[in-house]
Amino acid sequence: MTAEPTTTRPNRVLELFRWPDVSYRNALRMWSRNTTLFRKGWKRFVLPNFLEPILYLLSFGFGLGLYVGSQILGVEYVDFIAPGLAATSAMYGAVFELTYNVYVKLQFGHVYDAVITTPLEAEDAAAGEILWGLTRSFLYGSAFVLVMVALGHTHSWTTVFAFVALPLVGLAVGLVALIYTCLVPVIDLFTYFFNLFIIPMFLFSGVFFPIDSLPVWAQTAAWFTPLHHGVELSRSLILTGDLVAALGHAGWLLTFCLVLYPVAVNLMRRRLVV
Amino acid sequence: MGAVVLARGLVKRYGDLTAVDHIDLDIPPGITFGVLGPNGAGKTTTMKMITCVSPPTEGTLEVLGADVRGDRRSLKRRIGVVPQGMTLDMDLNVRENLVAQGMYHGLGRRLAGERADEYLEFAALTDRADATTDELSGGMQRRLLVARALVSDPELVVLDEPTTGLDPQARHHVWERLRSLKRAGKTLILTTHYMDEAARLCDQLVVVDKGRIIAAGTPDELVAAHVPPQVVELIGAAMTVDELKSVLGSKGADAEEVGDRLLVYTDGSLDVERRVRKAGVGVDRVLLRESTLEDVFLRLTGHSLTE
Repeated sequence: MTAEPTTTRPNRVLELFRWPDVSYRNALRMWSRNTTLFRKGWKRFVLPNFLEPILYLLSFGFGLGLYVGSQILGVEYVDFIAPGLAATSAMYGAVFELTYNVYVKLQFGHVYDAVITTPLEAEDAAAGEILWGLTRSFLYGSAFVLVMVALGHTHSWTTVFAFVALPLVGLAVGLVALIYTCLVPVIDLFTYFFNLFIIPMFLFSGVFFPIDSLPVWAQTAAWFTPLHHGVELSRSLILTGDLVAALGHAGWLLTFCLVLYPVAVNLMRRRLVV
Repeated sequence: MGAVVLARGLVKRYGDLTAVDHIDLDIPPGITFGVLGPNGAGKTTTMKMITCVSPPTEGTLEVLGADVRGDRRSLKRRIGVVPQGMTLDMDLNVRENLVAQGMYHGLGRRLAGERADEYLEFAALTDRADATTDELSGGMQRRLLVARALVSDPELVVLDEPTTGLDPQARHHVWERLRSLKRAGKTLILTTHYMDEAARLCDQLVVVDKGRIIAAGTPDELVAAHVPPQVVELIGAAMTVDELKSVLGSKGADAEEVGDRLLVYTDGSLDVERRVRKAGVGVDRVLLRESTLEDVFLRLTGHSLTE
């Protein structure tokens, strides 16, 4: 066996989009490792991240809402922003997991270095972490929706679909997060990810106001962000009950995920196996 | 059963750097096999290829009869690995580390739990089961790493520098565990840069330097083949190796300088000390000892193993 001639070497970038060889049974074992941890410390983990959108709800909804006299989409301001905050909560559930938590395990804990000496391959570990991010996204999104139901901020029976729909936005942004995590050399660079991607997306993708009040170029930019479609998906299920619109946004998110999933998984292999 | 590890022309390159440069290995089952060499010799890279976490660049490599480029998941199920350094899962406590490892290997939660308890006992850590990993001493952590590699009952155990950085007592504790594994019929492959460790534990070993195997055999064979049986060490002698050679005459041909010492290899018939003192040269200390693997390494590579 000799090295391949360079002319036949596949493109390093295109190769990332190849569907990865994942053992989902193994991925579940990685997932299960995280549940062990989560069961012990869920209060410590969940509360800070989950509280953030609730605080936004209180501040923007009840505080700012008093000054926003007019109704949006025929409802009070707080009811307009609540579905967007639910989507944001679902997003954060996955994003914190797939940035800081994975990075610390990768770089400082050498968790995956040990894991790939077992039958788990790098791809299995990546898929397990993504699955865990999805799980946390489901927990955060669901908890937020339950709070909304309890406070009477939901307007359509289609809210029931939100529980399974919201993790889609967590998955979509989480995959971007994991790709970033696999590429960054030092932990400090996560501030760029949050300040240049997550926060602007949070502020301008339709959580607090409809994006048609933005200039056209900004509307176009917003359309290309996963959170925008997560917010619209959430709003169509919880507020307007527009299932056709919901399907459109879910389709956008699903396509986004299907394209980025192989990239995230393949990058994890590149980061771990040399 | 055939060879546990069979390598032919094994090469690993990282860009322009050749970490492992055409090595052949033939490791029979049931033995403890040592890979000896200084830092950067290619030991860890070789272990990574054997344990299927780093693909070879060139050559063939079969482990437990299977190609490492084949179904890695099922091959890794049969191998236990103690990676270099601290790779315990710091988020999990001592027992959970073992349970998680068992589950990565496909054991059910209950069986993984039973194995965890069994190997906690093996590692003498039963009373620390609920401790966090950073509450353990370095020696305990290393024992836990060894226990973790065994939870899946592997046929082959690969240990990368299992005692580096441990105090003498902790090293003996680890060695004793490794000997008990050997008695249980496991094949062990370990890397080390400690001569005494290799001499104590290994049935066979290879010495690697700059990615190549420069000698192979049993510890005794290596010493017999490469150096005379005895060495006279002159410590703090106020002379160069050339001056020493001229003082000793024809019998001083086998002399070399290592750090602050001058070594003279001999079959025991030469009275080095008397000749040196007669020449009026001051010497702090003169030591006659048996030749060791360290001397073999020095002889073969021209530099010390632990430098």
